[in-house]
Amino acid sequence: MIPTPDLSHLTSKDYDLVYEPAEDTFLLLDAFETQAGVLRELQPKICLEIGSGSGCVSAFLASILGPSSLYFCTDINPYACTCTRNTGTQNKVVLDCINASFAKPLMLRLRHSVDVIVFNPPYVPTLEDEAEDAQNDHDIRGSWAGGQDGMSVTNLFLQDVETLLSSKGFFFLVALKDNDIPSIQNRMLQDHGLQSKIILQRRAGREHLFILQFERVDKAIALEG
Amino acid sequence: MVRLITHNLLACHAKGCTSNNFPLRFENARVELREAEFNGDFLQGFLPKIEWNALVDTAKQLGDTSLPPEQPEMTDDEFLKNLHHVLMEIHVEEGVMICPNCSRNYPISNGIPNMLLADYEIA
Ligand SMILES: C[S@@+](CC[C@H](N)C(=O)[O-])C[C@H]1O[C@@H](n2cnc3c(N)ncnc32)[C@H](O)[C@@H]1O
Ligand SMILES: [Zn+2]
Repeated sequence: MIPTPDLSHLTSKDYDLVYEPAEDTFLLLDAFETQAGVLRELQPKICLEIGSGSGCVSAFLASILGPSSLYFCTDINPYACTCTRNTGTQNKVVLDCINASFAKPLMLRLRHSVDVIVFNPPYVPTLEDEAEDAQNDHDIRGSWAGGQDGMSVTNLFLQDVETLLSSKGFFFLVALKDNDIPSIQNRMLQDHGLQSKIILQRRAGREHLFILQFERVDKAIALEG
Repeated sequence: MVRLITHNLLACHAKGCTSNNFPLRFENARVELREAEFNGDFLQGFLPKIEWNALVDTAKQLGDTSLPPEQPEMTDDEFLKNLHHVLMEIHVEEGVMICPNCSRNYPISNGIPNMLLADYEIA
């Protein structure tokens, strides 16, 4: 078993401002653990987490993959960036944090370069206005407020995934049943040539959580051929 | 911390700013040097991704002139050591990054670059 990152430096004061790791976070860690072999084989050079919050997920990824990859973490919430950086330090891994929406400042230079992309998005269905306000205010409400079907924020990033993903790369996404997973999978395939599978799912209270893993269709063809 | 390896990957993304928007120029940079473990294989693998001129110029701005103006075809130990230092050990903790095209300022405070745009700046 790969140990869960040490988060003992974070206090309830931090969690007033930043998303505290919860069932969704831990499901993602479990998914990485099942994929540890595949991920190591990939020998990633660049990993990128969108919405890193406490930094728990990237610290875990870094403990699996080691220091021969870079770990970029973005979050719209500036407190999340600070927590993420400190979580890196606490766990003796370097997490490069950028206070930004999605990967916008990296799009130009990381074109088709990212080997592992991770996003545990704000997926809770809310009023559209609530999601919009949260995105503009960059505060903790942006951790969950997902607007229509819980997909308003996620959909924006789905447009950028193909541009970032390297030829052999993987994209991991946390989603709820209410987010309409078949529709996500279809759109990614039709619009961006990324095929996907559900690698883990779990019921946690009212939430039915899924971890989706995407990769390029042309990569699969190249491997088979 | 904004390491120069990160800086070499950041571009301005303000609405309408789509050319000459890289590299961002540092101003009032407060630099901290922090030792990092040397990893030659990583550096070799990363070389093709580096925008060499941007890296050399930026390092110079921050007072480091150890890199050759052209990216060498053959890499020796000394070169990799210098490259390691420039990419991984120079950290900008405070300051501003300025877009060469539209002059948008991106502040760095406590080692975290603020690349957020206001609503009206988003493309
Ligand atoms: C459900 S939390 C996940 C936090 C952490 N990754 C985890 O698994 O515990 C979602 C995170 O995404 C961030 N976020 C929301 N919208 C974002 C955006 N447009 N760009 C970057 N991060 C965003 C939130 O601030 C929050 O930290
Ligand atoms: Zn600009």
